[in-house]
Amino acid sequence: MKPFSFNEILKEWSAERILELYSKITEEDILTALNKENLFIKDLIALLSPSAQPHLEKIAQKAHKITRQHFGRTISIYAPLYLSNHCTSDCIYCFFSPRSGIKEKRVTLTFNEIEEECKSLSSKGIQTVLLLTGDAPKIANLEYLAKATHLAKKYFHSVSLEVYAMEESGYATLVEHGAEGITLYMETYDKETYDKVHLFGKKKDYFFRLHALERAGRAGVRKLTCGVLLGLSDWHCDVIWLALHAKYLQKVCWQSTIALSFPRLKHTPPRFQLPNPVSLNELVQIIVAMRLFLPYSPFNLSTREPAEVRDHLIPLGITSMSAGSSTRPGGYSVYKTSSDEGEKPVLMQFEIDDTRTVDEVVEAIKRRNYDPVWVDFDPGSLIETK
Amino acid sequence: MDLSNDSNPLIIAGRRFKSRLMIGTGKFPSPEALKLAIDASETEIVTVAIRRVDLKNPEKDSILSVLDPKKLLILPNTSGAKTAEEALKIAKIARAMGLEPWIKLEITPEPNYLLPDPIETLRAAEMLIKEGFVVLPYIQADPILAKKLEEIGTATVMPLGAPIGSNKGLKTKEMIKIIIEQANVPVVVDAGLGAPSHAAEAMEMGADAVLVNTAISDAQDHGLMAKAFKLATEAGRLAYLAGLGPQRDFAEASSPLTGFLFKH
Repeated sequence: MKPFSFNEILKEWSAERILELYSKITEEDILTALNKENLFIKDLIALLSPSAQPHLEKIAQKAHKITRQHFGRTISIYAPLYLSNHCTSDCIYCFFSPRSGIKEKRVTLTFNEIEEECKSLSSKGIQTVLLLTGDAPKIANLEYLAKATHLAKKYFHSVSLEVYAMEESGYATLVEHGAEGITLYMETYDKETYDKVHLFGKKKDYFFRLHALERAGRAGVRKLTCGVLLGLSDWHCDVIWLALHAKYLQKVCWQSTIALSFPRLKHTPPRFQLPNPVSLNELVQIIVAMRLFLPYSPFNLSTREPAEVRDHLIPLGITSMSAGSSTRPGGYSVYKTSSDEGEKPVLMQFEIDDTRTVDEVVEAIKRRNYDPVWVDFDPGSLIETK
Repeated sequence: MDLSNDSNPLIIAGRRFKSRLMIGTGKFPSPEALKLAIDASETEIVTVAIRRVDLKNPEKDSILSVLDPKKLLILPNTSGAKTAEEALKIAKIARAMGLEPWIKLEITPEPNYLLPDPIETLRAAEMLIKEGFVVLPYIQADPILAKKLEEIGTATVMPLGAPIGSNKGLKTKEMIKIIIEQANVPVVVDAGLGAPSHAAEAMEMGADAVLVNTAISDAQDHGLMAKAFKLATEAGRLAYLAGLGPQRDFAEASSPLTGFLFKH
């Protein structure tokens, strides 16, 4: 039998149904969930419910144990590499939006500039890189991304991309050029909120984005990373939808690794005030509960979180961390300093909160008795077809 | 009797080994912890995931740097490969790095339980043997597949006891017994052994060797746990050589019910 499309599953799990389940969670439900090996959605709801907060330590202990069992005491190191900050979609929460009100400089790196950036990053020991752009398919087009991927493969063992949603053929082209992973956050699965925060542009098409990771998987992308922007809508529902999406992707793209990120939105442009800020307690609850639900999924944590928070989260289920990051195109070398006098600085996507160098992050990981993993590539990416 | 008089020592592809405990090098908290485990285990074969090796600077690689190729056979593995072609590519990279042409063949298309793909494994084994590699394939505990691999010339078969990293022990025991009974090549029980008692159990059954990773890398004291596995592996081997009494489902009655039949 052909599995349902993910949209069918979302329809089955309406916000009303999920909130109803939340309202009925008992102490016993939480303890049952804690003792299970394979969790149902209802168990996840139990672990994410406000009444599970007093059990957070127990959930965290189990998350730690499961993560250690499957990943060992290791943390993979990666860095983002922004290729472009041009954007032709208007997402109200993002600094890259053409109407964010920020007047800083827009650039799309040339191939020579990309190479400069690669050299700078790889000289710091980075071997795994995530290439990013805004949502501007005509400026940073497929040909450009394919060429950038191919170029980055010269410097790094593993190259993934976080770019606009594309057709299956587009993803196939990126795979042919050596792309190993695609990161694409739904931002929010709540359609009403999605419509409200995406004002215009191609990204406004909710369903095209909803099915994008599945298309990437069908095109042979080996690692699919999903996530929601925590803070946009009520996370109690969004995280459940994210979990359903991850499980769905595991079934339909069974050869791909399904990874998760937990980006907590904190800095927003002046025109937008964060409607549903997520506390640190809640972030921890989300990460550890999701670890119990998805024991084998890599979990990423970016430099959106401050150093101290990141260090504490290492043993709680995180398996991969970015380090020494810049969210500005050219931020490692080409436009490292705020450019020449009188010239506008190059726009960054958001302010990072962990400003330590790669070496400092690695030292912090070692101090917690974890081994930083620089290289962990997918052998499939060795077989480049283009 | 001690193991130095083992009438049937472990020989893989013509090479003789004293230790019957192989160690996986993944998931340790530091290269130092790994080194401690290797030393305490007295292992002679360690397996290394090539996908974790810094191919651009192999001489600076943190895992390879603690492995002494004079004392140990460094057995590269194809972990992460999803097809025969990918496995072949990794094997060639490992050989080009100067490692011996031995390869632990792992083809795991599904990333969560990392179960081996029998079809691709058989195909890859053929390709690798043709290329001159000594092939040690990681397989499901499937006696027919084990025979087919042996027939095409693999140096061992390495059936799993339970899914990798699960620490669940010999869940596939009945099938492994058949593999051991029928094999003409060494049988190495790989994956799932979560406690020294599991390793001892496999050796008591007549497995030729065991491979352990998670149970050691996840221990509080890596050296102690490695030593515990060494002793358990040896104890299991000694028990096998000594000839374990068969397990009996019924107690033998001291006054047999049919004894009268033989009295006349």
